[in-house]
Amino acid sequence: MAKKPTSNRPTRARPGKAQPDKGYVRTEDAPVLPPPPSEAGISGWLWHNVLASCSDFTSIGSAVRSIVMAFFTVFVGWLTISTAWGLFDFAVLSAVWSDPDGIKREACFTIDQGGQLPSGWHGACWPFVAAKMKFMMYGPYDIDQLWRVNLAGIIGLIGLAWVMIEPLPYRRYVGIFLLTVYPLLTIILLYGGGFDVSLMTLSIIFMIGLALITFGRLAGRGLLGETMAAFASAGGIGGWLLVGYAVVMLILGVDYGLRTIDTNQWGGLLITLVVAITGIVASLPLGIVLALGRRSSMPIARILSIVFIEFWRGVPLITVLFMASVMLPLFLPEGVNFDNLLRALIGVMLFSAAYMAEVIRGGLQAMDKGQYEGADALGLSYWEKMRLIILPQALTHVIPGIVNTFIGLFKDTTLVSIIGLFDLLGAAQSAISDVAWATPVQAHTGYLFVAAVFFVFCFGMSRYSIYMENKLSRGRKH
Amino acid sequence: MIKITSAIAGVATAILATSAFAGAHGDTTLGQVQAKGFVQCGVSQGLPGFSNADDAGNWAGIDVDLCRAVAAAVFGDASKVKFTPLSAKQRFTALSSGEIDILSRNTTWTMTRDTQLGLNFAGVNYYDGQGMMVPAGLGAKSALELDGANICTNTGTTTELNITDYFRANNMSFNLVAYEKADEVVAAYDAGRCDVYTTDRSGLAAQRTKLTSPDAHVVLPEIISKEPLGPVVRQGDDNWFNIVRWSLNAMINAEELGITAANAASMANDNNPSVKRLLGTEGNFGEELGLSNDWAMNIVTQVGNYGESYERHVGLNTPIKLARGVNNLWSQGGILYAAPIR
Amino acid sequence: MLGSIVFGLWWIVENTVTNLATQNKSVGFGFLSQSAGFQISTTLGTWLFDYEAGSSTYLDVYYIGIVNTFVVAFFGIFAATALGFTLGIMRLSQNFVLRAFSTAYIEITRNVPLLLQLFFWYFAVLRSLPNRRGKIEIFEGAAGINITGLYLPAPIPAEGFSATMIALAIAIAITMGINRFARIRQHETGKPFPVFWVGTGVLVLIPLAVFLVTGSPLSWEFPEFRETGPILRRGYQDGMGMLIIPEMMSVWLALTLYTAAFIAEIVRAGILAVNKGQTEAALSLGLKQGKVLQLVIIPQAMRIIIPPLTSQYLNLTKNSSLAVAIAYPELVSVFAGTALNQVGKEIEMIFMMMSVYLTFSIVTALFMNWFNSKVKLVER
Repeated sequence: MAKKPTSNRPTRARPGKAQPDKGYVRTEDAPVLPPPPSEAGISGWLWHNVLASCSDFTSIGSAVRSIVMAFFTVFVGWLTISTAWGLFDFAVLSAVWSDPDGIKREACFTIDQGGQLPSGWHGACWPFVAAKMKFMMYGPYDIDQLWRVNLAGIIGLIGLAWVMIEPLPYRRYVGIFLLTVYPLLTIILLYGGGFDVSLMTLSIIFMIGLALITFGRLAGRGLLGETMAAFASAGGIGGWLLVGYAVVMLILGVDYGLRTIDTNQWGGLLITLVVAITGIVASLPLGIVLALGRRSSMPIARILSIVFIEFWRGVPLITVLFMASVMLPLFLPEGVNFDNLLRALIGVMLFSAAYMAEVIRGGLQAMDKGQYEGADALGLSYWEKMRLIILPQALTHVIPGIVNTFIGLFKDTTLVSIIGLFDLLGAAQSAISDVAWATPVQAHTGYLFVAAVFFVFCFGMSRYSIYMENKLSRGRKH
Repeated sequence: MIKITSAIAGVATAILATSAFAGAHGDTTLGQVQAKGFVQCGVSQGLPGFSNADDAGNWAGIDVDLCRAVAAAVFGDASKVKFTPLSAKQRFTALSSGEIDILSRNTTWTMTRDTQLGLNFAGVNYYDGQGMMVPAGLGAKSALELDGANICTNTGTTTELNITDYFRANNMSFNLVAYEKADEVVAAYDAGRCDVYTTDRSGLAAQRTKLTSPDAHVVLPEIISKEPLGPVVRQGDDNWFNIVRWSLNAMINAEELGITAANAASMANDNNPSVKRLLGTEGNFGEELGLSNDWAMNIVTQVGNYGESYERHVGLNTPIKLARGVNNLWSQGGILYAAPIR
Repeated sequence: MLGSIVFGLWWIVENTVTNLATQNKSVGFGFLSQSAGFQISTTLGTWLFDYEAGSSTYLDVYYIGIVNTFVVAFFGIFAATALGFTLGIMRLSQNFVLRAFSTAYIEITRNVPLLLQLFFWYFAVLRSLPNRRGKIEIFEGAAGINITGLYLPAPIPAEGFSATMIALAIAIAITMGINRFARIRQHETGKPFPVFWVGTGVLVLIPLAVFLVTGSPLSWEFPEFRETGPILRRGYQDGMGMLIIPEMMSVWLALTLYTAAFIAEIVRAGILAVNKGQTEAALSLGLKQGKVLQLVIIPQAMRIIIPPLTSQYLNLTKNSSLAVAIAYPELVSVFAGTALNQVGKEIEMIFMMMSVYLTFSIVTALFMNWFNSKVKLVER
């Protein structure tokens, strides 16, 4: 095997030229030396990452700054370590892990209180969480029917994972399944189907829907004249909405032989997830409509969208929930009423739609003007332009923003406990007031558990958002 | 044209809303209840002894028993009832909007509520009064020693007004901390935020069970208000009002006549005509209400009489330990006096 | 579209009118002049409006709610900004300890719901404080804390204290003058003027001198703690010193710690967004490190920081409504909670409550528009 020419290494000696005999020109590479001790190893790392900022004594000013910095560093270090250690000690080292004798709160009593643990003990009482686990996850949901919740959860998880893992095939279809069939399936599983619907009304709605679609088709072909053509798409959309509604209600109206479980029986993490997911799924389309409305050239649409968005963004969620729970019944005709959960859902939906609209508007604004002009130049109609060109790009751009809104919404679901729904925090509050487990550490343990659950969800989502951001910005650079 | 399309859409929306959520229609509450197959009953969000759900969602308490009694009267099946937990703020709106059929949520009968809210009180199932609880360590024997106290209570009731009036009348100073939910009051009082916890005496007895050491607290003798608690229905449906009122009366009369869940069936052919009328073996009292004649029989066999319900949920053998007191029958020194069935 | 919206609105109004009629309710604001018969915890609001159960009106309750909302929002904004900027800069620090602490703090605080943090500070931490008969002394008894609140010395201005306040106002005016003079002089001659030191001197010395000359007309009322007497009378005495109720402390603490994490992220992003070339160019001009920060980086970072910062302030103000869960008598709690339960005018009262928040949002939005147009990059 022939020796490769070392052309890619810088050589002083060039072939074909006489090398002048200069003493100061190196003819071979300098030996690679290890980095100086101050740069390598633990001491080097310490120097660069900790000590360097505290050891500048070149002038009085910087000396003072260094000393202050040193003290501050020591203080912060102590704070970090003591907090982390305290938490670890509370949650793991000192914690009571099991209650084999089934003596409930006495398992977590100190000697002074008549228990086993040493005086002054302060640790988590995990058997309390274990005993309340079913209540905090599902609320008072019937125990023998829990498989329904679990099944819905597992299908949702698999679907979500499928959509998020890129190499898998048919991700698009799984996504469509998640947004259309899955919610229906979940409602049937959780509630039990068999909604009280009137076939008569449904068929009327279905008919109206069909008529509107027909009208839309005809008008779209220009068969009904110029003025009608303008309303073709509106008619079409309205028609499809009505038909969709009728079909959905029909599906929900079928009796599947599942026992009906009222939303009063739902609770815990189940409610948290139901509220958060419904909020996000419903707020997306509403948000898109509002964002388009706000950027529309029609003054009425624009003003209405602005008023709507700014109203909901201007008031705290808790007032919205109060309004939904106290005032909504006043707005509806007598005899029409929503249950407590549905009311909270409506409040959350409207509220998050306004925030979503602003996120999406950001995406629309960030779009290159050329995209709009290009679409116009192709002769696309407004809806075609939005559907085919603008929205797909704009929405992809703002995925991190959407995820952040979702994180905010997820945390905000805790507020429904104030209007009397037992979400994860509400269920935990209620569990904490159970006398059978009353100990001085009961509240701490309960809150720590809930905080951990929320942290896992929110932190996971924020990591995903960062990952998407990096991926998208990489894509944009190419 | 846009107007027409919109109008159609509007009408359609209206139909959708009504059809989707109104459920079955009937002109009367009884008709609606029978059509949907259960009684929807508004209860508290958790008051042991009155209406409280366990971890599995089973409701129990004397307020709950009243709802079950109505279900037993209407359907002959005390389990055909669904419960809606309501906050103090939501309760009247929930009733007047038709979300619930009966409000049985330790609600005080006052003139304003009876006359101005479009509601009717169908009777009293517990005579209560506002009291105060203090830690025994405080050494207070009377509410008049509480000058300068910190007082915890929950909002949404007449409680804040009563306590303010009481302290002002006796020229004492105090601080009031009013929480949104009862659980929070208990937690704050238990932590020592307040010296005094004030609410209805039944509520004090119930909430006391949630304290870390219930025995270290005493309820002071003063009763600073009259609080007759009872079931509420909408105005304008006298038949439904009667059903609720007489379901309660049936429970009280059953106790007076010595009819219990255990002996009801055997007493149906008793010689006492009052017993026969109550249990439906004589007269047409049930049909007059639009129910079957064994309506009261169903109540007593499935729910029990008033005394049984009381002892089961709040009596001396329960953690709540409330003596009958004024809530005893008139013949036993109390003030329970139900109109006769005849 | 317009038609269906008008139809929808009409439908809602129609239903509401029918429903109110069946409930025998009327619409109107007459209830505002009725007297409110309930007691409210001692707060700045009740002090400002001399609240007394039975004689004060529901309108007073409304004002008290507004004042209490803004008090906690104001102090929250103040503290969250200080903490947030510190954490944001710490997160960019070369120092590993500071960086790690800041990162951990931000990630944990941001990802746990505010309501939970509020419950933690109120219910879990409150329990560990001494009870009403005990105390933890601060500053050798000048202040103290127990479960009923934080007791601080209260300033009692005597006659002639207004002179000091006037002097303070004059000092502020003088400082602004000096600032202006310094800027003009630097523009013209290039000589810097130590504005900071001179300004601080003026601000401190002039009022202090006036204060001493007028004979120190300010006394302090210290909280009084009794260990003897009837048991209910032991502990800190009502009306002595300044009381900050634990509900307010918890709300303030929770809002501050939560919002600070978001502000820290905004500050970090703002500083990172300033192009590195700007720093290098400034350094190569011979500016000192401190001057680079002061003259080049901070002004540019602030342009990016301020809009999201304002929306965080807005969020903090709105989030103060969570205080309803722990009985701090702010707007939602005292007006839409306690008062609403007594009066039962849902529509009017919720409308009044929302309009406070909306007004605040709109004012902030107008300020932001003004600010954006002021700092907008003028491209030449």
